[in-house]
Amino acid sequence: MDLTYSLGLVIPELVLTLSGLVLLLVAAWGGNEASKPVSIAACVALGGAFFLTAPAVCAGASGPDTVAFFGQLRIDAWAGLAKLMIYAAAGAALVVAPAYFDRLKAMRPEFAILVLFAALGMSIMVSAADLLALYIGLELNSLAAYVLAAYLRDDDKSAEAGLKYFVLGALASGILLFGMSLLYGFTGTTSFSGINVAIADGLSGGQLFGLIFVLAGMAFKISAVPFHMWTPDVYEGAPTPVTAFFASAPKVAAIALLARLSLEAFGTQATAWQQIVGFAAIASIVVGALGAIGQQNIKRLLAFSSINNVGFILIGLATATLAGASAMMIYLAFYVAMTVGSFVALLMLKDADGNQLETFGDIKGLSTTQPALAWCLLLIMFSLAGIPPLMGFYGKLVIFRAAVEADLIALAAIGIAASVIGAFYYLKFIKVMFFDEPVDAVKGKSDWAHWALLVIATLVISPIAFLGTEWLGGLAEAAAAALATAG
Amino acid sequence: MIGIEHYIVVSSILFVLGVLGIFLNRKNVIVILMAIELILLAVNINLVAFSAFLGDLTGQVFAMFVLTVAAAEAAIGLAILVIYFRRRGTIAVDDINRMKG
Repeated sequence: MDLTYSLGLVIPELVLTLSGLVLLLVAAWGGNEASKPVSIAACVALGGAFFLTAPAVCAGASGPDTVAFFGQLRIDAWAGLAKLMIYAAAGAALVVAPAYFDRLKAMRPEFAILVLFAALGMSIMVSAADLLALYIGLELNSLAAYVLAAYLRDDDKSAEAGLKYFVLGALASGILLFGMSLLYGFTGTTSFSGINVAIADGLSGGQLFGLIFVLAGMAFKISAVPFHMWTPDVYEGAPTPVTAFFASAPKVAAIALLARLSLEAFGTQATAWQQIVGFAAIASIVVGALGAIGQQNIKRLLAFSSINNVGFILIGLATATLAGASAMMIYLAFYVAMTVGSFVALLMLKDADGNQLETFGDIKGLSTTQPALAWCLLLIMFSLAGIPPLMGFYGKLVIFRAAVEADLIALAAIGIAASVIGAFYYLKFIKVMFFDEPVDAVKGKSDWAHWALLVIATLVISPIAFLGTEWLGGLAEAAAAALATAG
Repeated sequence: MIGIEHYIVVSSILFVLGVLGIFLNRKNVIVILMAIELILLAVNINLVAFSAFLGDLTGQVFAMFVLTVAAAEAAIGLAILVIYFRRRGTIAVDDINRMKG
């Protein structure tokens, strides 16, 4: 594998890197007037990376040909499918950001550049086949994310969210890193496949400690219980477009990375981590469902909803099978659509002066004042609750099918029972929007870009998308199959 | 003779001190930043010690990367702390409580 070949494999990442650096210079010279062109250019770069990644996903790239930079990265179908979701989610965040920040006179070109670098970090994360690449990708993503959370410098909540995210995120990175150093010391290698071979005959004490520390650090990044406590505060405090970004793209990246790490680096000792992941899955589902019940703030509620969804995805990982991994990818695809849709709908809730509304009190009787918005939100909430025939149900179905096939019937049963609790607060949206006395608080107009995103997200989770499930299932299966070809 | 286990003990103690420094400290966010550095340095001791013990250079390369990222992390942490202080006029840990629930 020579260097030219490796560079050829990472062209999408090179596009992101170079456009990020060039746009940084443009931002430095152009000042605040450059924010709009920089945003558009960043969208174009993400779109370019998307279309450069797509062929490898459709072809189901796997095997030794996908190894780049001497085993540091693997540009296979698994990474590719995750990258497509990441670029799409990052692009959506860029599209909705200007309207939000313009009103606060806070639109600066840095925003788009930080999102670009975060997306680049996430690309490296999902492609990582070595602890070193994993760490660099994770930190590139996290460092950009800390700044994004604190982006509204003059807002109390945003600054506090940034500070909390930074302290807890840095702690998580430290725990992860300590685990990686132990793994390196007790296996003598940092490559995933090398670790897998070294632990094949059983885990020594040091290796077990390393594995648990690494899993704990990763659980932090995907906000799985018991490492979820930062999520509601950060989601509530961060500006809404940033929250939409946090809830979608980094979740995909961290979950795809966790799956690759678990299956490729610890695959030979699956029994050692299956129970931990299973526990985290159930705990996340329950805590996410119960925590959301009393919330009045919709952003905070969506934070608990994302914890809840991570729990379902982790059930797929707890199976430790490739069928489970492909189910995770299918669930993630619909999760991204539902998350982007719900946050775009939230951004469209504005009063007559354009101020953002984000509590349940403001959406009372939305169906009479803003019927289109209310019906889109209705479909998204039904889908999140997992009610057929919407695609949120299909996502849960494939996850539970994988769990049952792997003989994890108890896990699937508890998951189904807990999803009933979760349905309560999703249905609360419907009750408030359709059956409460209208307060007519939502008066602001939204531009076509918001409507377009909302309609696309709604179509993706609507029954029409069943036509595409076979195609998506094929892609996810090929992606999961690429995981097994580590070499 | 100092063996690999001595290094592991030292780095584990530093790591635990760092984690406790984050959770037990109720006074000052600067102390939290110092605790984070302590964790990263514990990792570096581990990496370098293992690298020497295994006769493998990867660990030392890793340590250089960790040092670089730690510098970037400290810079961003301090920057966020500065904007927080400008808004609120305090950096006491107990005052970071605008959002609860």
